[in-house]
Amino acid sequence: MAEQPLLSVENLTVQFRSDIGWVTAIDGVDFAVHPGECLGIVGESGSGKSVSALSILRLHSPANTRYASGAIHYGGRDLLTLPQRRLRQIRGGEIAMIFQDPMSSLNPVLTIADQIMEPLRQHQGLSARAARRQAIALLDMVRISDASRRIDDYPHRLSGGMRQRVMIAIAVACRPKLLIADEPTTALDVTIQSQILTLLRDLQREIGMSVILITHDLGVVAEFAQRVVVMYAGRVVESASVAALFARPMHPYTEGLIQAVPDPDEDVHRLAMIPGNIPDPSTQIAGCRFNPRCRHAVRSCLAETPALIDAGAGHFARCPPRIAAGRIA
Amino acid sequence: MTDAVLAAASTQVLAERRRFRMLRQLAAHRSFRIGLVLVTILVLCAIVGPMLTGIDPTAMSIRSRFKPPSARFPFGTDQYGRDILTRVLHGGRLSLSIGFSVALLSGIFGAVIGMAAGYFRALDPYVMRLMDALMAFPAILLAIGIGAALGSQASSIVVALAVAYVPRTARIVRASVLVIREMEYLQAARVSGAGDLHIIVKHVLPNSLGPLIVQLTFVFAYAILAEAALSFLGIGPPPPAPSWGNIIAEGRDYSVEAWWVMLFPGLAVSLAALGMNLLGDGLRDVLDPRLKVET
Repeated sequence: MAEQPLLSVENLTVQFRSDIGWVTAIDGVDFAVHPGECLGIVGESGSGKSVSALSILRLHSPANTRYASGAIHYGGRDLLTLPQRRLRQIRGGEIAMIFQDPMSSLNPVLTIADQIMEPLRQHQGLSARAARRQAIALLDMVRISDASRRIDDYPHRLSGGMRQRVMIAIAVACRPKLLIADEPTTALDVTIQSQILTLLRDLQREIGMSVILITHDLGVVAEFAQRVVVMYAGRVVESASVAALFARPMHPYTEGLIQAVPDPDEDVHRLAMIPGNIPDPSTQIAGCRFNPRCRHAVRSCLAETPALIDAGAGHFARCPPRIAAGRIA
Repeated sequence: MTDAVLAAASTQVLAERRRFRMLRQLAAHRSFRIGLVLVTILVLCAIVGPMLTGIDPTAMSIRSRFKPPSARFPFGTDQYGRDILTRVLHGGRLSLSIGFSVALLSGIFGAVIGMAAGYFRALDPYVMRLMDALMAFPAILLAIGIGAALGSQASSIVVALAVAYVPRTARIVRASVLVIREMEYLQAARVSGAGDLHIIVKHVLPNSLGPLIVQLTFVFAYAILAEAALSFLGIGPPPPAPSWGNIIAEGRDYSVEAWWVMLFPGLAVSLAALGMNLLGDGLRDVLDPRLKVET
C-alpha cells in the first residue's frame, strides 16, 4: 500500500441547498483507492455513501450543491476544480460508473447497440462499424449470449440482470481505470447478484481497473472488497482492510452492522439491530453523531467530535474510547 | 475480408429489419390505418383535385346560383353559382397547409421552449410564467387578437394560431422532460461524458417525441377547426380565395335553403380533424416502445 493511490478523496464536505439553508450531506470524508484495488463503502441509507461517489465525477446539480471543503486527487489533478471540458473526458473514459436501477439506466428509445457505441465513438473516435464490432465484443465479455443478435434489441426486451450486464458493458467500454459501482446489485435477485459480482470481479482483473463498490450489504463487501470504509451520518467512522474489519470492528456502529447480518448456522428468531434511526442531516448532534444510538457512549462522546484515529496497521476508527480500551487490552 | 463483408451485410440487414418492424406495427394498427387513409385522401384531393376539375373556384355564374347537388355540380353551387366541389378541393389546399404550418411551427417552438424550461431548471419559472400568461387567454381569442393585429391573410392566421398553441405544446414537452431528466439513463449519459446538447438531442428529445407528436396531430386538427372558426368570424383568409372556413362562413346565411354550401366543407373539416386524431393515436402507440406490443 506504499504506492501512490489512483484516486484519493480528502476532507470532502458537500452541502446541498434546502428550504432551511445549506445542509451538510457529507462532512470531512477521506478515502483512497489504489490501482487494481476494490474499495467497499458501506453504510445505511442516508449515510452519504452515494453522495461521496457522485461527488467524484461532480454529478450533483451545480445550482444546489456546494463543495465546502476538500479535494479529490486523481492523476495529479483535483477533480473538484477541473474545467468542465476536461471532466467530461474523464467521465466514461477514465472513470466510469454503474447505478442501482438497471431498469431505468438504459434509454428506452435507443437500441442496446446505440447505447454501447456512444462512449466508444465519443471517447475513442471509432467509426460506426468499428464501434459496432467492439460493442458486440463487449456484450460477449459481459456474457450476454447471442450478442450479435441481442445488440439490436431495445432495453425493454432484456431482464434486469441482462440490463445490468449491458450497463457494465457500457461502463467498461473504454477500459476505465476506475469503476464506481453504486449499489449495483441492490435491485436484482439474489442469484443474479452473485453472477453480477463475479462478472465485476473478472472484469476488474481482466482490465486491471480499480473499483469503488458502494453497498449496504456487508456480505457483498466481505466477498468482493479488499478494503472497507464505513460511513455513518455523512462521516467516515471506520476504515480498514476487510479481514481486520470483520475480525475486530472498532466502532460500535460497525459492530452493530456486523451483528445484524443473520448467521445461517444459527436458529435466530430475531435479528440483532441497532436501536434508533440515522439522524436527519439537518439536525445538529453535538459530539459523536452515533452517540444517541450507542450503548458504549461515555461523557466525552456527547461533547466533542471524535477524530478518526489510527488503531494500528491501517485500521482507522472514529471512536477514541474503544481504541483506547483496545490498546490496553 | 469476406468476414468483414458478411458482417457489414448483416449489419445492414438488421438495421433494415428494425426499420420495417416499426412500419409493420403501424400497418397493423387499425385506427392508424383509418386515420392514414382519411388524411391521405384529403391531402391527395387537395393536391390533385383542383387539376382534375379544371374549374376556376372563383368563377361566378348567375344562372346556376344555389343549385343542389347534381351530376353537373356534385356538391352543388353557392350564392354566386360557384362550384362547391371545386371550392372545397381548393380550400383544402389552404386549410391543410395552414394546419400543417401551425403544427410545424408550434412543434418547433413548443419543443425548444419546453425542453429549455424542463432541462435548464433556472429558466423554468420565467419561461413557464410567460407561457401561462399566454395560456390564460382562450386560444381562439388570442388568435383573433393577433390575427386582427397582423391583418387577415393566411400567413397571419398561421402565426396567430401558432402563438396560441405553442404554450400548450411547450407545457407538454416540459412535463415529459421533467420525467425524463430524473431517469438514470441521463445520469448514465452524463457519467459517460456526454454534454448537455448531446443529452438533449439524443436522450431527451427522442423520449419526449411520443407525447409531442400526439399533441401536434391534435394541434393540426385544432388549427383546421380554428381556421374555420376564424373565417366564420370574418378574420380568416379573405375571400374570394376559398378555404374550408370561409366557404362555411359564406354559406351560413343560406344554411336553411342551401344546406350543401356548409355541409361539404364542414364534412371536410371534420374528416380532417378525425383523421389526424386517429393518426396521432396510432403513432403514439407505435412510437412509444413502452407501449409496444411484441410481434
